[in-house]
Amino acid sequence: MSYRFPSDEWIKELSRLLNESESYESSAKNWEGDFVFEIQPDEAFPDTAYLFLGLHHGKSPEASILNASDEKPAAFRVSAPYGTWRKVIDGALDPIQGMMMRKLKLQGDLMKVMRYPKAAKEIVSCCALVPTQWPEA
Amino acid sequence: MWTFVSPRIVFGEDALDSISTIRGNRALVVSDPGIVKAGLAERVVDRLAAEGFQIHVFSEVEANPEIPTVQRGADIAREFEPDWIVAVGGGSPLDAAKAIWVLYERPDLQPAQINPFIDLGLRNKARLLTIPTTSGTGADVTWAIVLTDPIERRKMGLGNWENTPDLALVDPAMAAAMPRQLTADTGLDALTHAIEGYTSTWHTDMTDGLCAHAAADVFDFLVRAVEDGTDMEARTHLHHAATSAGLGFGNSMASMAHAMGHTLGAMLELPHGRAVSLCLPYTLEFISREAPDRAALLAARIGISSAGGEQGARTLAQAVRHLASQVGNPLSLEDAGISQADFESVLDKMVADAENDTQMITSGRSATSAELRRLFEAVYKGHAIGF
Repeated sequence: MSYRFPSDEWIKELSRLLNESESYESSAKNWEGDFVFEIQPDEAFPDTAYLFLGLHHGKSPEASILNASDEKPAAFRVSAPYGTWRKVIDGALDPIQGMMMRKLKLQGDLMKVMRYPKAAKEIVSCCALVPTQWPEA
Repeated sequence: MWTFVSPRIVFGEDALDSISTIRGNRALVVSDPGIVKAGLAERVVDRLAAEGFQIHVFSEVEANPEIPTVQRGADIAREFEPDWIVAVGGGSPLDAAKAIWVLYERPDLQPAQINPFIDLGLRNKARLLTIPTTSGTGADVTWAIVLTDPIERRKMGLGNWENTPDLALVDPAMAAAMPRQLTADTGLDALTHAIEGYTSTWHTDMTDGLCAHAAADVFDFLVRAVEDGTDMEARTHLHHAATSAGLGFGNSMASMAHAMGHTLGAMLELPHGRAVSLCLPYTLEFISREAPDRAALLAARIGISSAGGEQGARTLAQAVRHLASQVGNPLSLEDAGISQADFESVLDKMVADAENDTQMITSGRSATSAELRRLFEAVYKGHAIGF
């Protein structure tokens, strides 16, 4: 089974995989702060989508697609065009490098993020594990 | 898409004389008491004075510079209002100077807020000149800043491309008086930068050659420089290798040996170069179980082993151990004189800190908490990694 990106099913599957990941749990055991991922339109994806990922103490207690960016409060927001997200999920772009090159924009307490680099890497590793169906495919 | 950043570099004999090429009026010299005592800071101050600079020397930087120290330095900078920050020393004064510079230009920031995801807007007040006095740190050309939080006893990896120095004067004469142990520790630091820069998952075509060349020169010249400190040919190659490795790993990041070495240094008070190089063979062996190719390729490129795969990577790890042994450095924490009780008292914190050190993200193989614990235990006992 594959999950269309971006969708409610896709972010819920990512949440489920994170909850199964011992590596994520150990690296994020003190983490508190939910994320909203903003998928911005580009040539391959004409819409804007918002994915909410709840993250608390090494677990992901909830995840859902949002109708609006402010539907749920979140401590962190990562924004990028659809094509950039696809590269991250495919493993073609390291998200930290992407943020350094300003291809992904991160808003929130950057000091806090800098203290949990491995947790960020584990989230991306789990993204790559989600069987993904791309809208342009 | 990626990028490569570098200061202008003047290197070789009499490179220090190129101080005459900078234009300005007020220089804040950032250094440490040992550099001042050795007369190295004075060589810089004399040249700056000859160019008409007003000079203030801030020489309070300690080994593993702490946040309050750079905040004091920034206070002095705001009072003195320099148009050049001139860093003279090993990695500690150079890193401290970078942080002082940022905080001078951006008084709204705390040190922990210096990160690569924001625009700092530097160079409105001052520029940064670096003059390394050891052959290892590479901090003369990198944007990385490592500061210690004295309350948490944790080293923090900070920095932003903008805080790359404007000019580096890499003059071997400035490192010629290094004592034997410092030569060994810093040379092995350069080797660790070179090998980790080459094996990092962020390595690029722009960094590979620099790292490989630097690694080869450390293997070729470190023993000579340690055994005969007057051997200026060896010292010159090492001094340049340290800067080459800095350019390499500064643009591709270091890796797991640095993640472990940072906390080893902070918790057990080991010099940075000794700490990271002590971990290096173990992390190479650990990574090689799943991702041996980069280390094996480097081993082949510098003529250590033609074997590919894990065997090549493990041969490189053994070569690092052999070099450390030749220059008299310990091969385990036990050899380094750390008691079992001291080690065990900080093991939990070292595992936690290493796991979330910024350098961990570029490792070819991730380590779980349990694996990191086993790695530290192996480094303590000196047992090769087989898992």
